[in-house]
Amino acid sequence: MWNWDYAFSILPQILSALKITISATFVGFILALFLGLIFSVLVRSDIKIVSLAVRGIIQFIRNTPLLVQLYFIFYVFPKIGISLKPFTAGVLGVGIHYSTYLSEVFRSGIEAVPAGQWEVAKALNFSHIQAWIKIILPQVIPPIIPVIGNYLITMFKETPLLSAITLVEILQTAKILGAGSFRYLEGFTIVGIIFFLLSYPSSQLIKKLEVRLGAKN
Amino acid sequence: MTPIVSYQNVTKTYGDLEVLKDIDFNIYPGEKVALIGPSGSGKTTLARLLMTLEEPDSGIIEVENKNLWQEEVGGELVKAKEKHLREMRKSIGMVFQHFYLFPHMTVLKNVMEAPMTVLGLSKKKARQQAEEMLEKVGLSDKLDVYPAQLSGGQKQRVAIARALVMKPNIMLFDEPTSALDPELVGEVLDVIKEIAFESDMTMLLITHEMDFAKEIADRVAFFNEGIIAEQGDPEELFNNPKTPRLQSFLSRFNS
Repeated sequence: MWNWDYAFSILPQILSALKITISATFVGFILALFLGLIFSVLVRSDIKIVSLAVRGIIQFIRNTPLLVQLYFIFYVFPKIGISLKPFTAGVLGVGIHYSTYLSEVFRSGIEAVPAGQWEVAKALNFSHIQAWIKIILPQVIPPIIPVIGNYLITMFKETPLLSAITLVEILQTAKILGAGSFRYLEGFTIVGIIFFLLSYPSSQLIKKLEVRLGAKN
Repeated sequence: MTPIVSYQNVTKTYGDLEVLKDIDFNIYPGEKVALIGPSGSGKTTLARLLMTLEEPDSGIIEVENKNLWQEEVGGELVKAKEKHLREMRKSIGMVFQHFYLFPHMTVLKNVMEAPMTVLGLSKKKARQQAEEMLEKVGLSDKLDVYPAQLSGGQKQRVAIARALVMKPNIMLFDEPTSALDPELVGEVLDVIKEIAFESDMTMLLITHEMDFAKEIADRVAFFNEGIIAEQGDPEELFNNPKTPRLQSFLSRFNS
């Protein structure tokens, strides 16, 4: 069944598509980080309308499937004049979807900082923004790095979803090769192994990081 | 003499509980005032209102003759905006019961941060002033240490240095030694005493350390259930308490 010659012959093509997979993951991740941080700040706003609206948006996005959101961005948006390339649509979809999860991580990280830190910042006359940047955020970030790292790995493993909106990442590449040769076993196996080889060591690294950060505290 | 801080008809309520009831209270420049009284009597709230951590429900607080919580906009008195509050806060500093040092910064950085970020001092100048202040509180050998490695008494001394380096005209101490193990209380009180004796900074000290209050206060105010039940000269107050409430409160401190 398994043909080694065939497997090695398709390997270069699949590996070259890995660039797309990895860049989609990272760009989506960075978008998720930025948006997630903005959401977590807005959700705590004193202006009721803002915090309620943001909370509503977050709940809506978290409770609908990423795939549905991707279809909307790629197939429905053009009807209202927004036509996006598969990569852009994919990164937007993944980024926005996961920003809602990251905003929860940021929010709980922010709430874990003792109220006294805010009060001392006020007593020393830091402006709100100065307090955020110099005092609060540096305390928020280290404890949440392991969780955020895990989300990065999750997003990486979700990139095959982008094949549904025609992005040629590694799964789509294997599928196209398979359709041409009628051999699917080698292609999909290689894709599975690539994901495993990249995800597993990363998740172990994060576990180590978690232990190291836990020991520090 | 005009008061440097003045509370006029100040009331503060939390839910159903009236924590401060129509308080009139003045503090004069250079005065060291001790606030004593049972928990929940309103003394901490009084300090927090001054430090703009809470807003009074009614009444006026004046600091250096300026309205703290209100400002004049187009001839009308409106609730003060952040810009006004930040201007007012320049004169006030506070030391908290639980220190609240910045855990992610060394002792030196803790004391340097506000002068650099808030006052805009150069790193060199901030470092110089921080080192001087830390020497004053006896922690020159701990500059590069992180708060987690300090004892409670050391942490509080850093907190005091951090507040003092901002050169406030009015310093608030909210039960500075209440969270400390007994053997560490003395080192902090010694630092506060030194500050009290050598500077004409106005100081408001909320404390349960009666001997300490007797030693450095010019005036003592006894808070009970949201009002100032008795106030006056420390000697007089401690030795001849007039109100029954103060008498019973003080009796708990006499072994």
